[in-house]
Amino acid sequence: MTTLLNVKDLRAYYGQVQALHGLSFSLSEGSLTTLLGANGAGKTTTLRAICNMVRSTGGIEFDGKPLNNRSTESIVRFGIAHVPQGRGTFTTMTVEENLQLGAITRKDSAGIVSDIERMYAHFPVLKQRHTQQAGTLSGGEQQMLAVARALMLRPRLMLLDEPSFGLAPLVVRDLFGILGKINREDKVSILVVEQNAQLALELADQAYVIETGRIVMSGNAKDIANNEEIRKSYLGY
Amino acid sequence: MELFTNQVLAGIATGAIYACMALAVVMIYQAIDHLNFAQGEMAMFSTFISWQLMQWGVPYWVAFVLTLVFAFIGGIAIERILFKPLTKAPILTNVAGFIALFSIINSSAGLIWDFTIKQYPTPFGSSPFLGSQLISTHQAGMIGVTLLLLVGLFFFFQYTRIGLSMRAAASLPESARLVGINTSWMIALGWGMASAIGAIAGMLIAPVVFLEPNMMVGVLLYGFAAAVLGGLTSPLGAVVGGFLMGVFENLVGTYIPGVGNELKLPIALALIISVLVVKPAGLFGRQIVKRV
Repeated sequence: MTTLLNVKDLRAYYGQVQALHGLSFSLSEGSLTTLLGANGAGKTTTLRAICNMVRSTGGIEFDGKPLNNRSTESIVRFGIAHVPQGRGTFTTMTVEENLQLGAITRKDSAGIVSDIERMYAHFPVLKQRHTQQAGTLSGGEQQMLAVARALMLRPRLMLLDEPSFGLAPLVVRDLFGILGKINREDKVSILVVEQNAQLALELADQAYVIETGRIVMSGNAKDIANNEEIRKSYLGY
Repeated sequence: MELFTNQVLAGIATGAIYACMALAVVMIYQAIDHLNFAQGEMAMFSTFISWQLMQWGVPYWVAFVLTLVFAFIGGIAIERILFKPLTKAPILTNVAGFIALFSIINSSAGLIWDFTIKQYPTPFGSSPFLGSQLISTHQAGMIGVTLLLLVGLFFFFQYTRIGLSMRAAASLPESARLVGINTSWMIALGWGMASAIGAIAGMLIAPVVFLEPNMMVGVLLYGFAAAVLGGLTSPLGAVVGGFLMGVFENLVGTYIPGVGNELKLPIALALIISVLVVKPAGLFGRQIVKRV
């Protein structure tokens, strides 16, 4: 399998504080990879560094092209959709406007219309509420909307920052089921950051474990899930 | 009764201008969270440009369109040169920037065209509108042009992709960047549009207040009052606030003894303060619905 995203010796800084200390990992085309780790380990920072939303050094290559020093909005145009922590929903706009914003860089208006219908098929609740102000949706619905908005880009890679955060367990199951389906059927590579390690490992095929800004473990998701020692020392279950 | 109708209609006509200024102020406020104190001066300078073009023999409507182009480009240039570098600066630095801009534009206009009052033409004439003594054709023209502008802006923001992008960039810049919107240029575009809207207001009010470098000071104060009344977060509120302000000003001047022309402006300021005390979000400033 070809490598889609290659991160090498990534160091990131918030002002004087260094948050990532030379982190390297890669993600192959079509895979569903998860980054695990405790609070403050640097998971979110890693995703933010990929989209140049935090000052960083090191190499980030997407499909062989370096992403460093490009603006966030131009990185998105490579086909990288980022669902940030807190979902980034445009709460004062309607559900449908949120979906249109996801496709704002695309020029094929017919494709956009049919993709919106496709999203409504994936997430029927969004169709029921398409004229509603997005801020009135429940947490789970907003997360569905955020994923749908990201898919409207027709991304090659989707970055998801703690999609399970604040959601009821049943809703999380639902959501992760849909993510797996998107990964298999739409051939979207996914990098998902999670605190809910158990669930993420069930879903993913590759896994990396971060601790204080470094990768401390990597491998096949099943192997990591089956390794009691890793589970106990890093994943806490 | 005829006095009342007359005053209300005249109030709607000047209210249209306040609505434009309030809208321009709100557009920039939405984009950068600052009040543009120089909005009126930018409008005044654009009006002088149109006057100069007409002095050179350019017909009114050609000068009108050329001025809008000038104002649009000028607004973008001001944002790129002066306010983009100040994006992360403290609020007082920005305020100083606006005040500097105010006096630079005011003095330049005085230097180029001097401070004497000039006549400014109206393309609508000033005869009674449709034979009625209640309102002049110029006042009707002011209302008509403003309504056209408002409808145009509504469609732009509601139904075009670039309008949607501008709204997204103003409401949540980080999310907007994450869907690929160049938020920095959206802000510049907002400045260009606000500047052009101000220019329209300036060119429409100039036949009434006459052309001179300080012509927009009072108008902008009413515009601010209108924006606060309607809610600084709501373009619709700004427009409604503008019309209300115009009518309110006229009725107070006519019916409350001793107010007259001199005391009308303080009443606008008193209105700003009362709104801020009683309903700080303004009439239409919405409490955003949020669930966590």
